[in-house]
Parts: sequence; structure tokens; C-alpha cells
Amino acid sequence: MISRFIDYVAGYLKSGVTPGEAGNALWALIYIVLIFTGVSIAVIAMNWLERKILAHMQVRLGPMRVGPHGLLQPIADALKLLIKEDIVPDRADKLVFWLAPVAIVITSFLVFVVIPFGPQHAVTDMNIGLLFMLGISSMSVFGIIMAGWASGSSYPLMGALRSSAQMVSYEIAMGLAVVSAVLMTSLGSSASGTLSMIGIVQSQQEQGVWFIFKFFPFGLVAFFIFAVAMVAETNRAPFDLAEAESELVAGFHTEYSGFRWSLFFLAEYAAMIAVSSIAVTLWLGGWMRPFASFHGPEVRIPLFWNHAGTAADPSGAIDLAFAIFPAALFFLLGAIAALGTLRMPKHRIFRVQTIGLGLFALTLGGIGLLLLAPPVRDRIQDIFWFCFKVSAFMYLYIWYRGTFPRYRFDQLMKLGWKFMIPTAIGVLVGTAAWGLTAVYFHG
Amino acid sequence: MNPVATPFFFYLLAAIAILSALGVVAARNPVHSALSLVFTLLSIAGFYLMLYAPFVAGVQIILYIGGIMVLFLFVIMLVNIERAEQEHRFNSQRHVAVIAALVVAAMFIYSYTHANSMAIFPQRGHLVFHPEQAAAMETNNTQAIGSMLYGQYMLPFEIASLLLLVAIVGAVVMSKKRI
Repeated sequence: MISRFIDYVAGYLKSGVTPGEAGNALWALIYIVLIFTGVSIAVIAMNWLERKILAHMQVRLGPMRVGPHGLLQPIADALKLLIKEDIVPDRADKLVFWLAPVAIVITSFLVFVVIPFGPQHAVTDMNIGLLFMLGISSMSVFGIIMAGWASGSSYPLMGALRSSAQMVSYEIAMGLAVVSAVLMTSLGSSASGTLSMIGIVQSQQEQGVWFIFKFFPFGLVAFFIFAVAMVAETNRAPFDLAEAESELVAGFHTEYSGFRWSLFFLAEYAAMIAVSSIAVTLWLGGWMRPFASFHGPEVRIPLFWNHAGTAADPSGAIDLAFAIFPAALFFLLGAIAALGTLRMPKHRIFRVQTIGLGLFALTLGGIGLLLLAPPVRDRIQDIFWFCFKVSAFMYLYIWYRGTFPRYRFDQLMKLGWKFMIPTAIGVLVGTAAWGLTAVYFHG
Repeated sequence: MNPVATPFFFYLLAAIAILSALGVVAARNPVHSALSLVFTLLSIAGFYLMLYAPFVAGVQIILYIGGIMVLFLFVIMLVNIERAEQEHRFNSQRHVAVIAALVVAAMFIYSYTHANSMAIFPQRGHLVFHPEQAAAMETNNTQAIGSMLYGQYMLPFEIASLLLLVAIVGAVVMSKKRI
């Protein structure tokens, strides 16, 4: 009985496919729990980072009081939101008002089922993976519409109307950009293309090029269209007309407070992570490290540091350099935190904060050391590179918010319909023509 | 991979589809009707998945739910709901409705009782597709539809897209006085 259970658990580890493909429900559940916690922690970290980065862009300090450099601020915020009074407006449609945050959280977290963090690190791999992601993320507009309408007030309704018009318009440009990337997958050794998220990355691996650089400049332009459309899809600055605080108070979630409001917050950031991972998967090579087809001259690494027997073992100099990168990044972050510890004011009031920041620096350094251990180092590579690329997109989101002024509604529509969609169609036709000539002349 | 708990999911989806379809006609508020229609369409997408047609399920979600239903709600929110709520909901086509319902019911009963003789149900109570056959269909579904649409059925497909283009142009002409 017990040995059968152990076989069931351990049997998956040797299979080398996603839990969904292996049909292993337990591991699928473990992956779901891991991804859910991971995304929630990322949202919390993002909350702190956004406030800090925006503050530094505007030459302010940002949160500094709760914890050293405001590190515990997200926890304080979460506590505040949980114990705040939950108000349901008198004129609200109670059922839909209750359903809206639930719907938006479900849709934003459901897409993580197919996101490939590595060749076997996804909950499942579907034949229609990309279609599934686009479909589910297009459903997130329902949460916004329901919230806006059910509030029974004018500002939320305006926000919901704007949001639905905006999302329907930008979905077209987004879909066309995605199709041109899918076309590129059909140029591999297998004659037909694929919509599976893992298949798309494997196709880039096989062709030895990230799709952003393929058919220059078509891949780049398609990526640019997607990168703009995805900001509009997630209702973020400069396309945050659905919650324009200078015009609509807070847009569709004006009447929400406390826990329900925090669900909207969680869903917004989860959706941002989700669309960024689509962009990373389609154009930036998914879990592959930069220059994945170059290995460099062969190097000999000390035996104690060599994890013999796995294919992921770094053998070339470039392989080795990129294998050390995750650890080096955490050492750098730890060093920054340590520098902050040294620069803390020496007054005794700051003693607890100084100790806290020092411990944080030590934790970061410890994670760096852990990432150097050969078994961890080899297994963490794909997940690390995927998360690294996604976090670059997260930084871009904050950067946009700090620098771009908000679009006016007619400008938004003009950009979407008169620039993005024609350009996307042009790119699609160009990619198809180039791909056909490539097939025709090179077999 | 064999399907898991198929009858359970079938009955669950069927229950959701029927209940929310009843909600569409019974709800007084048009927004509630539209939201129940979303649930009906979602459970139908689930049925497509169970029939090993993942592409159709994905397109159902993107087109019907992400596109058409959003536009429905968009229009409903723009019209005056208070007035629409007071209007009499059922018009007097009762006789036609009863006849149509009876015909559909007769069709269902006939196909259920004569399932043995029909080619698509080799044995009643068994899986419609064999698991091996189904797995092959599921992995190539999208590719198969693509090569069929752009190969064998190229002309009908292009005619349908031309029809849609005409509809778009017509909508623009009707809504704009000056172009």
C-alpha cells in the first residue's frame, strides 16, 4: 500500500512530462498549490516594488516606516484590507456584486494551468494551450463588467463600459500578433505548427532563434504590438481608462472595499504576470537562457561541483557562466541589502530594523548559496530564466506607469483600430509570405 | 491518457447547462439573463472538450463568451434597464412554442431508443470513441481542422468569410450617415 503510494509519487519524477500528460493527479495538485503560492507571493512583492520604484522615479522615498525600507508594508496593507468593513451599496445587485470579484480571480488564475515554467514544469500541456490562455484571459473582462454594473452607480458603470470597449478592440490586434508567432512554429522539422505552449518554446529551441528576432523586423513588430495590447488588456497605465482616478474616482471598483477590493488587486497583478508569460513564451524563448544554442569551449569543473548524470550539466564556458547567473543575482541582491544594513542610522531606535535588514541580506545570500549546489543549480535553470524574463516585463509595467501620461479615450480607440490592427495584419501577411518563400526555396 | 470520471463531469455540465439556460429565459433582469447565458456557453465548451474537440471548445470560449457576450452586455448596459424590466416578457407564441418543444422531445426520444441502429453509436452505453482513437483525435484536432479548412473546404470557407465582410461593411454603412 505504502510502497505503491511511493511508486505513484516517485514514478512521476522519472517521466519527464507535465503532470497533466502523465495523468498524475497528486503532482498536478502539488504544481497548482506551488504556482498559486508563487503567484500570490509575487503579487505581494510586486506591490512593494511598485511603490518603491514609482517613488524613486519621482524622487521620493516611498514606504519607509513598516520594517526596514518598508519591507513589511505589504503585510500591513493586507491586514488593513482584511479587517476593513465590507460595504455593499444599497442599490447594488447583491448576487452579481458578490460574483464579480470571484469571477475575475478565477479567470486570472486559471490561465496559469498551461504556463510552461520549464519543459516539464507546467500543470498540463494542452493542444490548444495558447487558445485556452487567450480565451480565459478574454473572460476576465466579465469580472469588470459585472463589478461595474452591479455597483449601481455611475462611475463604475462608466469604467466598465470603457473597459469592455477597450478590451474587445485590443483583443483583435493581440490575436493577430499571436497568429504571426504561431505561423513561425510551423517552420520546424514537423510540418505543422502548434498551439501548445510547450511546443511553441520547443519550436524556438529547434530553430535556434527566439521568435522576436525571426524574420526581422516582422517578429519584432509583432512582439511590439502584443506588448502594447497586453498593457491595454490588463487595464494598466497608460491605458488604465477603466479606473482613471482623475475622472472616475476608481472606475469599476469604486464601490468595493476591504477583502473584495483586494481580490481585484490580486487578479489584476496575476493577469499581468499571465500575459507577460504569454509574451515570454511566444517571442522570448520561454524557459531558454539567452544564447541557448551557443555552448562555448569545453571547460572542466571540479568533481565535487559536478552533478554527474544529468543532461543539464554545464559543459561549455557559456553554459557555465549562465548556470552561475541565478546565484550571482541573489548574491548581488544580498550585497545591496547588506549595504543598506551598514548604512542604517546608528540610533538605538533603528536597532530592530537594522537586525531585520541584516537577516534579510543573509537570507538572500543563503538562497544564492543554495542555487550553487549542483542538483539545485541544474534543476532550477529553466524555471529561473522564465521567471527572470517575466519579472523584466513586470518592471516594464511599473516603468510605463511612472513615465507615460494616460491616453484619452478617442486616442486609445484610434491607436487600437487605425494603427495596431492594420500593422498586425501587415505583419501577419509578411510573415506568411516570408515563411512560404523560406519553405519553397529551402525545402 | 484515459478520461477521468467522464459520467460525473457529463452530468455536472449538463445540469449547469440546463439550469443556466432556464435562468436565461426566467430572469427578469436582462443582465442576469446574459450572465446565465455565459454559464450555458461555458458548459457547452466543456462538452466539446469531452467530445475530444479542444479547438472547438477554445473557439467557443473566445468567440461566444469573450466576444459576443461582452458586446451583448455592453448593449444591455447602455439601454434603459428600468423600463425593460417592467415590460411583459413572454409574448403569445405559446402554440408554436409547444409544437416546437414536442418535436424536439420526439427527436430526442427517437434517437435515444434507436441508438443501436445508428452508425455513430455502435453500442449503447459505451464510449462513443475508443480511448486510443480519441487520444489521436485530441492531439491533432487543431491541425486537422486547419488543413481541412484550408484544403478540402477552401471555397466554402472563403465564401463564409466574404459573407462576414459584407455584414461588417453593411453595419458600418447603416450606422454612419456620412463616410
